[in-house]
Amino acid sequence: MSLRRPAKNQPESFEFSPSSMEEANKIVLKYPEGKQQSAVMALLYIAQKQNDNWIPLAAMKYIAKFLDMPYIKVYEVATFYTMYNLSPVGKYFVQVCTTTPCMIRGANKLVEACKEKISDKENELSNDKSCSWMEVECLGACVNAPMMQINDNYYEDLDKEKTIEIFDKILKGEDPKPGSYRGRLNTEPENNRKTLMDIKNA
Amino acid sequence: MLKDQDRIFKNLYNDMGADVKSAQTRGDWVNTSEFIAKGRDWIINEIKDSQLRGRGGAGFPTGLKWSFAPKEVGSRPHYLVINADESEPGTCKDRDILRFEPHKLIEGCLIASYAVQAHVCYIYIRGEYFIEGQKLQSAIDEAYEKNLIGKNAAGTGWDLDIYIHYGAGAYICGEETALLESIEGKKGQPRLKPPFPALIGLYGCPTIINNVETIAVVPTILRRGGKWFSSLGREKNTGTKIFCISGNVKNPCNVEEEMNIPLKELIEVHAGGVIGGWENLQAVIPGGSSMPLIPKEKCETLTMDFDSLMAEKSGLGTAGIVVINKDQDIIKCMARIARFYKHESCGQCTPCREGSGWMWRMLERMAKGEATKDEVDMLGDVTNQIAGHTICAFGEGSSWPVQGLLRHFKKEIEERNNLDPIVQKKNNIPYLVDQHLLDKKNA
Repeated sequence: MSLRRPAKNQPESFEFSPSSMEEANKIVLKYPEGKQQSAVMALLYIAQKQNDNWIPLAAMKYIAKFLDMPYIKVYEVATFYTMYNLSPVGKYFVQVCTTTPCMIRGANKLVEACKEKISDKENELSNDKSCSWMEVECLGACVNAPMMQINDNYYEDLDKEKTIEIFDKILKGEDPKPGSYRGRLNTEPENNRKTLMDIKNA
Repeated sequence: MLKDQDRIFKNLYNDMGADVKSAQTRGDWVNTSEFIAKGRDWIINEIKDSQLRGRGGAGFPTGLKWSFAPKEVGSRPHYLVINADESEPGTCKDRDILRFEPHKLIEGCLIASYAVQAHVCYIYIRGEYFIEGQKLQSAIDEAYEKNLIGKNAAGTGWDLDIYIHYGAGAYICGEETALLESIEGKKGQPRLKPPFPALIGLYGCPTIINNVETIAVVPTILRRGGKWFSSLGREKNTGTKIFCISGNVKNPCNVEEEMNIPLKELIEVHAGGVIGGWENLQAVIPGGSSMPLIPKEKCETLTMDFDSLMAEKSGLGTAGIVVINKDQDIIKCMARIARFYKHESCGQCTPCREGSGWMWRMLERMAKGEATKDEVDMLGDVTNQIAGHTICAFGEGSSWPVQGLLRHFKKEIEERNNLDPIVQKKNNIPYLVDQHLLDKKNA
């Protein structure tokens, strides 16, 4: 079980922006009448997106009112699921997978790169306050190991040099290209493909 | 090797594009309404004939699962839920289906929804797969536009709405009842079974939950016939399966292959062999991290299907093969897996919440050689206290890999950890209530 606590400095209030509100209203319609509580996870995402990638307590209270459910239930959900950030993270939020399949292909080198380029410690903002990093559990791209996620995008088939290159780019405010960094096509075996060759060559 | 024309996922590597037009050239959405016109029983029988077993890990026969749905819709509507919360370390097959073969999944949803009489289908995607979810959403939008789903979907007279629900980084939500809790907007903590979801599931209504791969192969099975599917593989372990080969191999990859394929062929032919040669192989995790590992000697002849792996006291699970060569420290690898389970335990049952942490801390010490002799047996004892004493299968999932390590690599652990215990056992002292006082004196 992972233990997670909300940040000490909390904003006073939170309200959905008009665009968030529109999105939230759409999501509530996905679920049957009277079951609007189902939308809580999606609404927390919306709040997180609107509030620089983290969720303040005020947003949980706001969502609880919005969905007509007890505040503690929203709090429970927000603290249970690890993708809700309860304290501020960088604009570029780097998550390095270090679970066994990535570990045995050298994920610790990626962690080293994070320490060199971003910050010594996990969950700490870089000097220019734009990036932060953390180790996470399996991200589900094991055949493209080692890999990391920056915001929504996956960066795959990495090594230390390539990771540093990517960090140099994001520290300059650029968005590096997601996907494989050894130039292979998705999850095909590199230079050794034996299946579906007719389709590849067509 | 499986012939290319027998592969179901022809766009596994995205050579052709995932849009509806290219999907139709691959045969998706052709004559869907004909299958539905043949009726519910025909569909379920065809799936039963194909002997399709669930691809999510447990390998439950799909046709049988569908037949558990109530025959008549009562006062409560039926739901179909697709489990795309793929988080098992070593597994990344569903991601490719969501990205590159979304129409196979959507068509499968329509057929399965009809078979279990559901008008609403939720697809639960793990939160990290946001980009994949967006790709699936655009495919769903396309399908709505072409009237393939929605009112009178694909001209079948059946109404179907498909919605995506994103998870948020909880491995446990891959457990079916935790997944339902999560859709209901609660913490993902598994429910007790029975009642089974087929009768009381999402919002208390009958719900059928299937893995992405299971549903995505359904249209092809109906198109080519259950007989064709069951002719592949062997009895009770039929059809094709996407294998994910990761770890210390030259070319890690996803590949669709026939069930019952030799493990050695998968590694040598498709993944380019073990780094450092076959002799450098140490062990293989055959089915995602929760399946016990298999040492090299057995890998020579092992075939990959549900029953033959069960005979080796392991399992096919999700078919996520993690190859570990001799350059790796096997105890450290397993300690990392134990840390994964410690992190992902939902905290509901005490044996799992506390035990997963114990296993991790003991293994970390064992990797460093700081454990005492008697702790090796104690670790085995802890795993036995967890497995079978929890609400869901997470307890087994977290203790099996450790048990596998103890079964095959006990010698290695014992060689590294030969410290004498701080408290010596005195066998001649009868057990007392104040045993701890005696222990202290002897220490």
